[in-house]
Amino acid sequence: MEPMIATRMGDGAQVAMTRSEIRRELEEGTQAGAKRAKVPPLDSAELDHLLDLYASSSRFTGVDVGEEVVLTYDGSGSKTVGSRMQDLQIYEQMFGADTVELGTADYSFKAVKPILGYEAQTMHDAQLGLTVPLNYGAMPNLGLYSKPDGPAPNWSELLPLVRIDEARAAQEEAIEYAVSDMVQVADAMWEAGADGLDFDTAGAAGDADFLATLKAVEIIRERYPDMGIEVGMAGEFVLGMHGELTYDGVRLAGLWPKEQMELAAKAGATIFGPAVTVNTGRSCAWNVARALTIVKPCSDAAVIPTHMNVGMGVGAVPMSNYAPVDAVSRASRACVDILRLDGL
Amino acid sequence: MPSAHANASGMGGMRAAGDLVARLELTRGMRLTQAKEYVAERLGVEPATLSDPIAMADVRAELGLARIVTFEATYPDEPNAIEAKFNISDLLGIPINCVERFKKRTGRVTAADSGVETGRVTRP
Repeated sequence: MEPMIATRMGDGAQVAMTRSEIRRELEEGTQAGAKRAKVPPLDSAELDHLLDLYASSSRFTGVDVGEEVVLTYDGSGSKTVGSRMQDLQIYEQMFGADTVELGTADYSFKAVKPILGYEAQTMHDAQLGLTVPLNYGAMPNLGLYSKPDGPAPNWSELLPLVRIDEARAAQEEAIEYAVSDMVQVADAMWEAGADGLDFDTAGAAGDADFLATLKAVEIIRERYPDMGIEVGMAGEFVLGMHGELTYDGVRLAGLWPKEQMELAAKAGATIFGPAVTVNTGRSCAWNVARALTIVKPCSDAAVIPTHMNVGMGVGAVPMSNYAPVDAVSRASRACVDILRLDGL
Repeated sequence: MPSAHANASGMGGMRAAGDLVARLELTRGMRLTQAKEYVAERLGVEPATLSDPIAMADVRAELGLARIVTFEATYPDEPNAIEAKFNISDLLGIPINCVERFKKRTGRVTAADSGVETGRVTRP
């Protein structure tokens, strides 16, 4: 009888599985990812390596010496423990972060605009006291531009009423508001001394949200050739809430990480962050196999640095406020070893 | 979670040379291997050394790139923060935005004035 191995579910709960069961989870995960994204599954050598990681009884694991990657952190200047500057310094000094990010608790570009002067001042002052690169981050969050929060009609209400044309027009209107805000924030942050901008959860509201991000990136890149621009996605698949939007002749609805990366690079991004959400009802092994399968074509074809999102509920990291280090370290190492990423 | 990732796969930021490699990725769009080779050449070390905090502490001290302050050791006479970023900019041969702003706002010569090549990020 095979010994039981402690492993985790996607919500972080600890479960016991045999080595054979974990192998089966990996195989089912990669097949699920391959079927969903219409990409090749991981090969047996890759699955064997993942099995070694996820069937290990170690509390912690890490990449081989010399194989370390760049870690870009979002939300590291959000006033969690101390002041925002103290939080940034904690990430720089105590976590050894390679880059840090200033952001506000209401982490959307629309919310930043009314307090932009204060955010820019904080950026200016923080740059004087930090050595590592400091970005400014926020979410495009296109939904905020629809009623009642914003000026555009609410397409989420129009779509169920089959008022498709109106819903599309509303999203197109919202795109222009969002682009304006994102560019305005970029202008202020560059003037304040920021090293870069992070567009977090791009595509969260679907293809219109992704298009707004790409359009903003294009404008910002034209204005500021030296600015770092990071585009991190909200999920593995761009939802077609509009369905007919294109960028550079490519329809955005239905794009997977590889195509997302290509367009982000064309717009002018310097770092791309694919995201694959965690299924909390499946094991971490299942989730990591699925996530790596979906992202592998992106990392193989990368033309700009690819930093997989491996935060709470993405990239096979459990959906938990206190992600256990055994699961996080396995996901971290799995992404680096299999995908040969430029960072996380 | 941040500390788990940092220990599992991170270059270590200022503990080693992670922040320097990150700058090349972020502002120049360099892939990891290329960025490591670039930084290693500039620092006069092998790429594999870039994540070694023991070796990099000496390099950072020698070149004025700032070191992490600990309870056991402080460096009040060494460049830190914005001071170190001046040195990082010169060493890597890339403009750093806040450094250029600092120069401009204090009446010093900026990278653009000096003819340092900027805008090296190109679209594929």
